[in-house]
Amino acid sequence: MRGGPVRLGSLLLAVSAFAALLALAGLAGLLTSCASGINEDELILATTTSLNDSGLLDDLAPIFESETGVSVKIISVGTGAALRMGAEGDADVLLTHAPEAERALVENGDVSSRTLVAYNDFVIVGPPDDPAGVAGMRDVSAALRQIAAHGASGAEDAAAFASRGDDSGTHKKEIALWTEAGLAPSFDTDDWYEEVGQGMSATLTVANQRGAYTLTDRGTYLALSADIADLVPLVEGDARLLNFYSVMEVDGGKGRINSEAAAAFREFLLRSDIQAMIGDYLRAEYGRSLFIPAGGETESAVAERARAE
Amino acid sequence: MELIWDGIREAARLWWAGDAQIIEITLRTLAISSAATALALVVGIPLGAVLALRRFWGRGLLVASVNTGMGMPPVVIGLLVALVLWRSGPLGGLDQIYTPTAMVIAQLLLSLPMVVGFSLASIQSINPRLIGQMWAMGANRWQVLWLLIRETRLGLLAAVMAGFGAAISEVGASLQVGGNLAGETRVLTTAMVLETGRGNFEVAIALGVVLVVLAFAVNIILTAVQQRRFIT
Repeated sequence: MRGGPVRLGSLLLAVSAFAALLALAGLAGLLTSCASGINEDELILATTTSLNDSGLLDDLAPIFESETGVSVKIISVGTGAALRMGAEGDADVLLTHAPEAERALVENGDVSSRTLVAYNDFVIVGPPDDPAGVAGMRDVSAALRQIAAHGASGAEDAAAFASRGDDSGTHKKEIALWTEAGLAPSFDTDDWYEEVGQGMSATLTVANQRGAYTLTDRGTYLALSADIADLVPLVEGDARLLNFYSVMEVDGGKGRINSEAAAAFREFLLRSDIQAMIGDYLRAEYGRSLFIPAGGETESAVAERARAE
Repeated sequence: MELIWDGIREAARLWWAGDAQIIEITLRTLAISSAATALALVVGIPLGAVLALRRFWGRGLLVASVNTGMGMPPVVIGLLVALVLWRSGPLGGLDQIYTPTAMVIAQLLLSLPMVVGFSLASIQSINPRLIGQMWAMGANRWQVLWLLIRETRLGLLAAVMAGFGAAISEVGASLQVGGNLAGETRVLTTAMVLETGRGNFEVAIALGVVLVVLAFAVNIILTAVQQRRFIT
């Protein structure tokens, strides 16, 4: 008569120890099979949700992949996270739309290059009955002040302003625009100011449901317009509403960065045939370009041109 | 309301047409979540048995951690796994971030507490005298373990279902560590997030329908096994 409850317990302990060992061995196997050098077959592209949601990169990435044999891993996160991934060396190349924050990365030496790829514009959308009366205004600062004043007025038809509130490129843009308007609304103190804390389409859906104003990039607005019939473009055309998309190569000194592929991807985006593809993307569907190609141009030149139009 | 019907119709249409993408996404979802659940069972059932049958210092703390883990938000697990697997993380050299392997690890960590918790509860509910009798009758250790599994099969299958449910339904961790890469790490839940973001609500609902049907089918099979009467 061998054994007893204690023996059974030690058997179970042995089984779980064996399982843990197996898991460890698996990990160790992985460790040795993947040397910690640069994986040259792979490019990690950190980009913004608004750009990825448009579907443009799904068209472009396969072309790059078939030309170079490098597979592109498109990681779609908020601009804040994409820039952070660049600063930590967790991505090889970044494609974002937050000029101020991007310039900080350049100054820190986190990225070795930053080049304009394309642009489009932001629009203030809101309910068709437009209680704050901002429709058709060109001066975005004046329009925002009017929205704030009407929202705070306590009027019966006072409409809220729905902010992304997620540290995304669009959120950063919105804050910059409020600052320029001489205001700093906060959801703590201003009843009319709401922070959604989600992506652009979720914020548009919330604004649509609640009859609120919001700032959106035109691409996401157009893509979603069929489902958000209670939101119409109200303020557009101010040069300050331009939305610049830039490509950045993460600094090779961060270790394990696929600099070669990152440089190739930058060249690829600026190539004339790819620039033309970017300009044509979904143009037939929406009657206008979602992204206007501006490869290698400066932001001020683009703004100058927009002002002249 | 109309959108929901459109979504259900879209789901039927996609399946009827044998849409390659949705089939591929469905199979990947099944593969990743099954692998995670299987690993969770291999590690979790013995662990649950040890916690149920042995008394040792720190056991109470371990049981409490298991119970906490059963309610662990996937984003927490996702962030932890991502921090470890990112290039800047301690295991960044493995190059496993944004791979199905990373998703299996995250889902394993999510379903493990379920498996451990459920097996702990069911094994603990066995009359200890039964085990004593088995020893007395000269059974060896493997026979006793087999008896334990047989006797607790109801609870253990509940552990399988809970573990699988936790793995297949979560989205936060899969998104963070998998990256939702088309053709590589896109599963039903992450594809739903993407299609919702793109405003393709019909497709998103269609994916949701597939997910629910899939989870239902798996649970029907497991329930059938669970409720079957074994002849001893």
